[in-house]
Amino acid sequence: MPKDSGIGASSKRREDVRFLTGAGNYTDDINIRGQAYVYFLRSDIAHGRIKSIDTSAAEAMPGVVRVFTGKDFEGVSGMPCGWEVTDKHGAPMQEPPHPILAQGKVRHVGDPIAAVVADSLEQARDAAEAIDVDIEELPAVLDMKAAAEEGAPLVHDDLKNNICYDWQLGEADDDKVNEVFANAAHVTTLELVNNRLVANPMEPRVAVAEYSRGTDEYTLYTTSQNPHVIRLLMCAFVLGLPEHKVRVVAPDVGGGFGTKIFHYAEEAFCTFAAKACNRPVKWTASRSEAFMSDAQGRDHVSKIELALDADNNFVGLRTHTYANLGAYLSTFSSSVPTWLHGTLMAGNYKTPVIQVNVRAMFTNTVPVDAYRGAGRPEATYQLERVIDKAARELGVDPVALRRQNFITQFPYDTPVALTYDTGDYNGTMDKLEQAADFAGFPARRAESEARGKLRGLGVNCYIEACGIAPSNIVGMLGARAGLYDAATVRVNATGSISVMVGAHSHGQGHETAFPQVVADMIGIDESMVEIVHGDTSKIPFGMGTYGSRSLAVCGSAMVKATEKVIEKAKKIAAHLLEASEADIELKDGQFTVAGTDKSVAWGDVTLTAYVPHNFPLEVEPGLEETAFYDPANFTFPAGAYACEVEVDPETGQVTIERFTAADDFGNIINPMIVDGQVHGGIGQGIGQALLENCVYDENGQLLSASFMDYAMPRADDVPFYTVDHSSQTPCTHNPLGVKGCGEAGAIGSPPAVVNAVIDALQSGGKAVDHIDMPVSPSRVWAAMNS
Amino acid sequence: MYNFEFKSPSTIADAVAALAGEDAQALGGGQTLIPTMKQRLAAPATLVRLGGIPELKGVCVEDDGSIAIGAATTHATVAREVADKYPALADLAGHIGDPAVRNRGTIGGSLANNDPAACYPAAVLGSGAMVVTNSRQIAADDFFQGMFTTALDEGEIITSVRFPVPQAASYQKFLQPASRFALVGVFLARFADGVRVAVTGASEEGVFRWAEAEQALNKEFRPDALMDLRVNPMNMIGDLHGSKEYRAHLVGVMTRRAVQACI
Repeated sequence: MPKDSGIGASSKRREDVRFLTGAGNYTDDINIRGQAYVYFLRSDIAHGRIKSIDTSAAEAMPGVVRVFTGKDFEGVSGMPCGWEVTDKHGAPMQEPPHPILAQGKVRHVGDPIAAVVADSLEQARDAAEAIDVDIEELPAVLDMKAAAEEGAPLVHDDLKNNICYDWQLGEADDDKVNEVFANAAHVTTLELVNNRLVANPMEPRVAVAEYSRGTDEYTLYTTSQNPHVIRLLMCAFVLGLPEHKVRVVAPDVGGGFGTKIFHYAEEAFCTFAAKACNRPVKWTASRSEAFMSDAQGRDHVSKIELALDADNNFVGLRTHTYANLGAYLSTFSSSVPTWLHGTLMAGNYKTPVIQVNVRAMFTNTVPVDAYRGAGRPEATYQLERVIDKAARELGVDPVALRRQNFITQFPYDTPVALTYDTGDYNGTMDKLEQAADFAGFPARRAESEARGKLRGLGVNCYIEACGIAPSNIVGMLGARAGLYDAATVRVNATGSISVMVGAHSHGQGHETAFPQVVADMIGIDESMVEIVHGDTSKIPFGMGTYGSRSLAVCGSAMVKATEKVIEKAKKIAAHLLEASEADIELKDGQFTVAGTDKSVAWGDVTLTAYVPHNFPLEVEPGLEETAFYDPANFTFPAGAYACEVEVDPETGQVTIERFTAADDFGNIINPMIVDGQVHGGIGQGIGQALLENCVYDENGQLLSASFMDYAMPRADDVPFYTVDHSSQTPCTHNPLGVKGCGEAGAIGSPPAVVNAVIDALQSGGKAVDHIDMPVSPSRVWAAMNS
Repeated sequence: MYNFEFKSPSTIADAVAALAGEDAQALGGGQTLIPTMKQRLAAPATLVRLGGIPELKGVCVEDDGSIAIGAATTHATVAREVADKYPALADLAGHIGDPAVRNRGTIGGSLANNDPAACYPAAVLGSGAMVVTNSRQIAADDFFQGMFTTALDEGEIITSVRFPVPQAASYQKFLQPASRFALVGVFLARFADGVRVAVTGASEEGVFRWAEAEQALNKEFRPDALMDLRVNPMNMIGDLHGSKEYRAHLVGVMTRRAVQACI
């Protein structure tokens, strides 16, 4: 039965009141009296040696406060990478410096060369145009395979080559893998590109920084998914500031999608400049700057080989991937093609032998890092495309081939380092078959054909590792941070509750869903609970929001803290009721002595905690508890998706007619918010599959540098979705049994779309077995006519 | 954006005088010019706004039945006001950009800019319309002179465009997926004295008439009449969104669909 409040209720998103009425408070809404404006002079050359920078004319321009170049940051550490990957020979990755402002070389179009601080933004821009920069252009390193060749031009002169690391996971014995493939009854091979994407949150990045000479304190307002991580990285690794003197605030954030996880040079610059100029400073990215400075996503080139035995059982999987890291290591970039990608190559299948090879490359392009899904979409796309191709080669039903190879026993140790705690892949596929009406597909295809259109049905599964992550495990794998989270439950005297959480909400609906949990545990109205997030001065600590982790990790900390609050409140209630603590029960906001009609209300207990006239002496006054939670394992949301497309054989235009998602997210707190998360994720997945592509020309110029050439999905590009979340195997190791839902749509949808297009084309007699994303009309037409 | 002078004359004469100044630039709806200025890619000393001149606005039907549209009339107004009189033109105007663009952008601005992927040039050339300026009348066939190039002289202002109304017409636009400008757009108009086919989005030389298609359709007005015709891919635009060959192919497909829509 649907509930109308608490856990399981589709409570309306309370944050939408301010967002939909223009009352949000975004970083760009913050203006500090006396602030100056920052304009970054960015390289318009992809790769070059800086011969000279003359700022004298710029410094003399009206309104200019100061002009900074790389020289001002000599001796200041650059931007750190948060994850050290060890290569397959046991050596650490090559880790080049990432200066705040370019030093010696520029390495991508958009690399900041200088920064002007001026009284107005236009004055800063005018002055930036007066900076005389002499750059000797060098050959741009762009193609990943060419970049790996001996003698290729070097992105970083001090590295031995452009390869950050050569990494391997799974079966290390090449002979054993070769033997599996040699003995296979059938081998399917597929080469594909996972296209580079620009996250493009609606709100561009912004940083506003101020410094107080009186207190030696800094405040940085920034568009971040994790203000504590920014503070830690900036203080400890970049600027060398004491954390207790630095406050980082991420107010309302207009979309993150991963690209606002990272610590960016502009944030460190503004914090530095606020003190250096003794003025508050503000920088707001233009959309053009976002295209050339926000960390981008994906960009893998892969070869996948799947070995099957005579009964169509998967017996081996081998992949070779080139992963583009761009010009510098962004904060979590090194982990994405490795531990967030290779570990997922088992998918939902019991393939016994898996070998994943990843070569990560430096190129003269914008840095690449986590984007919604981060490594897991790349893994899912490879696996689900190669399985689909195998089914077509073997002439078997793609769904039956998947079912035959599903993992059915849990817990399951994969050959690629994960232990899946629970799942029911057949059950979820059953839900999909029903919800997507597979049975009605032949009739729908016939109807399309009657109109001269080709109709295809594409199906795929996915699994993801979310709830990132057990600190001890990720520490062993090279993470330079723990990935726990924290919450403080502060009960006010009148019984209302503020929950200070480390997770940041920027579209996820935490402000609604988190209070549902606390209110449910105590039995009070949701409106009595509010969360506080995004400010290092208010919350205990937090690793932030990414990797579908907020509820599974931070939510678990919140549950633990709430349990501590309830435990203490029961002591107070027992005192008031003159009963034994063991006999106190809490239900619907009433503490009752079991088996009696003696009770005291939540509000009376909380008031007593703060007005402790009649109070147990052994208990401290007040009612506030903090908990940190470090997960025991990842969570493993999984699902099965179906996409139906129509292809116009004359133009190659693909339209998505139906899209159905069956997900197993374990327990669900707010079904409406989960639906919304899945809708948004599928929208982005369809964007990747059909529309989005970040393209550089042979000189490293960004061709898709604006919305005129970078195609974002729009409302009429996507269908009405059918989502089914009734397949639920609760997570076995966190208190709420939740798994996370934020990335599933983006992970699960691209292969479904491409599989559907291939199915449509083959139904029309076209000998097409793969088209790289985005499956644009011109690419479909070219494939049909090649 | 650099600083500039801003003038908003209320008569054509005053606008012409203002445009005689050094580095003066006419401002229509600003849908191309303003973003270009914001990116500091254009730096006119003076912007002369044409939207404040009442006689440049509005739609009326002339004595000969042609439709005259003031140059400063927005796409939204055209879409609304010619819906009954010239549905294909209204349909074209109603699908330019998004509502914000349609309520700012003007027909005169679009024609003077002559973006190779803009919609209006196809309608004007396909209809054989007359471009009226402050000093003369320019036939559509003479007006468009290549990508971003027109017959307009320095300081010359489009005042209105006169469209003869065909027996049947259709605009078929295949969208560039990102900008939603025309990757290929074909405006086909059938008059008593013949068929005109104008193609936008496809050619490196801007909007053009597809003469072979017109001849074929004058003989036989049905889609199949075009089956053996191809535009030369050599002159087509090839970019991120479609090769020269793909655009050449789409010209055929969109033209056939326009014929089908007129039958």
